[in-house]
Amino acid sequence: MSEYVRFLVRSFRLSFVGDWKYYTWMFVLTCVSLLGLNAYCKQFVFGLGETGMTDQVSWGLYIANFTYLVGMAAAAVMLVIPAYVYRNKELHDVVIFGELLAVAVIIMCLLFVTVDLGRPDRFIHLFERFNFPLSMLTWDVIVLNGYLLLNVHITGYLIFSAYRKREPNKKLFIIPFVLIAIVWAISIHTVTAFLYSGLGGRPFWNHAIIAPRFIASAFAAGPAFIILTLQVIDRFTSHSVPIGVFRLLRQIVTVAMTINVFLLVSEMFTEFYTGAGHSLSTHYLFFGLGDYHALVPWIWTAIGLNTTALVLLYIPHGKRGLWILNVACVLMIVGIWIEKGMGLIVPAFIPTPLGEIVEYTPTMNEILVCTGIWAFGLLLYTIMVRITVPVLNGELTVDTLHPSENTHAARRTV
Amino acid sequence: MSLRIYEGKGDGLGAACTCDHGGSSRGGPGARPGMTRRSFLRTGVGAAGGLAAFAAAISPLKDLASGDVPDLDTFLQKHYKEMNAQEMEAALDRIRARVEQRYGVRPEIRDIKPMDGVEFVYALNLSRCIGCRKCVHACVAENNQSRDPEIQYIRVLEMPRGTTDIEQGNHHYDRAKVPDENHYYMPIQCHQCANPPCTKVCPVQATWTEPDGVTVVDYDWCIGCRYCEAACPYWARRFNFTKPRLASPEEIEADPGIEARRLNPEMSYLSNRPRTKGVMEKCHFCLHRTRTGRMPACLEVCPVGARKFGNVLDPHSDVSNILKTKRVFVLKAEIGTLPRFFYYFDERDPTAQDLPAMEHGGHADEPAESATGGES
Repeated sequence: MSEYVRFLVRSFRLSFVGDWKYYTWMFVLTCVSLLGLNAYCKQFVFGLGETGMTDQVSWGLYIANFTYLVGMAAAAVMLVIPAYVYRNKELHDVVIFGELLAVAVIIMCLLFVTVDLGRPDRFIHLFERFNFPLSMLTWDVIVLNGYLLLNVHITGYLIFSAYRKREPNKKLFIIPFVLIAIVWAISIHTVTAFLYSGLGGRPFWNHAIIAPRFIASAFAAGPAFIILTLQVIDRFTSHSVPIGVFRLLRQIVTVAMTINVFLLVSEMFTEFYTGAGHSLSTHYLFFGLGDYHALVPWIWTAIGLNTTALVLLYIPHGKRGLWILNVACVLMIVGIWIEKGMGLIVPAFIPTPLGEIVEYTPTMNEILVCTGIWAFGLLLYTIMVRITVPVLNGELTVDTLHPSENTHAARRTV
Repeated sequence: MSLRIYEGKGDGLGAACTCDHGGSSRGGPGARPGMTRRSFLRTGVGAAGGLAAFAAAISPLKDLASGDVPDLDTFLQKHYKEMNAQEMEAALDRIRARVEQRYGVRPEIRDIKPMDGVEFVYALNLSRCIGCRKCVHACVAENNQSRDPEIQYIRVLEMPRGTTDIEQGNHHYDRAKVPDENHYYMPIQCHQCANPPCTKVCPVQATWTEPDGVTVVDYDWCIGCRYCEAACPYWARRFNFTKPRLASPEEIEADPGIEARRLNPEMSYLSNRPRTKGVMEKCHFCLHRTRTGRMPACLEVCPVGARKFGNVLDPHSDVSNILKTKRVFVLKAEIGTLPRFFYYFDERDPTAQDLPAMEHGGHADEPAESATGGES
């Protein structure tokens, strides 16, 4: 136990140590996080009227980001399945970074839900009268927190074992949890999709295709983010990532993105070919209604980005390295963020169930809160990677000193 | 004064910082081996800077009004259905004190329970409604809704003749004189569904349907996630995006007593007591009135008698009669919400049971059942 506390203390100290690039990166992230905290405090005092949301469009950027990030967290499973089910050796070395990403991202998800609450001080009511199994939101609370715990356990156990230089007991403490986590990852995004598709009063959401589309887009955007992250880890830390990992992830992303675009086309066909009727929200999204067309440029940008990304994924990359793949990943991450955020949450509210059209524009304060949470998530993830890399490389273990731990610390250990 | 609050709030971070460097600083900086004065200064400045930045970030919290932070008893208050009589009385006392403190008026608040053998139903006569919106404003006055920004439970649509598609209705019609001859009017409020999507989705059971058919909200239990608002197919729920006020700041400045005069002191726990920011509210069929034998405020004010309200379990009530004899419909029946709010037209349904039977004059091969149903 005391060993564990000491590990935490050493990890904590280590997170404050790095070169100037690390300090700059962390300084910027801290500043942006604090700006977000400041914006949230303003909202806490004034109320959600500080955002662009209204009774007409009652969910906005917060829930959009939440939805997107749930997918991002679920996508860690795209590393886990090849690593543990198909025993891919190369992926096995990096799978932990996907799981750590899931931890950071789920924390971001929980923050996004919290900032969306009108009375966050009453969240304790969830423990007292939990409307389970009727409310899909309670399912979401369970699956998200469960997924967080699963990944905290898997990564924490592996890292602490490496720190203690003991072989982890995989049969007992890893494999069963990993298998549960695979199913669980699918469930977090399915449940989040059911949150929307279960509402009969919102025809834009009330489709069976929402859940499959969520999964497909998540398995495109998530691994895309991981591709970029692994390159950063490869470049800025002593942990090297084999090129085969990127080849495999590219295949995964290509398949997922193809399915995603296919599902989008299926949905658009059904909506538009059938005729006006219940597709007013879709019309609003793609073409606008009358004088209202705030989302039109967004969705076409997303479609442009996603299609370009798909083309880039399919053309042969040859010996040009990862350059094309990286561009495709960036386009996809942004494209799917728009498609799932502005494109999936907001239009369901426009027009309202009574046919009124009120548009939604996020306020500066709302945007600051969102960027703050993103920065905080990146901050968390950076710290996790900062600690994990030296531990896995054997530089930070129970009986070795990391070079960063200076002399006086050395004296105490001895 | 306010600085002290920040120090308190910043404790977590402060403690964390000490733990970072504190291990070696026992006995003060002078006694520390191996640590140079420079590095000590650097960590010190870093920690102080971090703390200051954190304090600055949370500084907007100093504007929290005293009423915004719940006292311990309110914080620990139980769910409506779990409170016993004593606990309810204590909760009501707290509300009385809060209302008196805020508005200078002692409210008559009770927890009025549903009556046995009663299920409330509303029926609205579209042939009569003239779209004057008197119901909208009577409702706001009766139920202590926020006036700035104004929250209204009833939305009146101006509908072009020839359709009942509410997507074609005009929400913002503004005429010197109503009704307009080319339109008819359709007021929409909470339909008090028998199969309500809103109560199903609430993660904390802060909203539910009472035995008399009224869907209510425990304003002290709602966490403000707005899932119910997204789930409602009739757009009947309203959220307090900011602190509700009975008058705008300008109005209060011109007339300080205006909020006290606007406050309706006759309240019930589940209906029109003042709400706080960040919670959901909705039409509750004026249950503080209707559970004591009176009619809802929107009905009482209606100048043309377009609104009918009553107990559907009583076969002789107005609403029972309307359901039996008029051509009645509900909005969005296809969603399966089973509303307790019905629309009808003045014309009587010729198939209704209590009409005198008529000779069937149609073709022989037409099903005669419906036209002659009254005879059998």
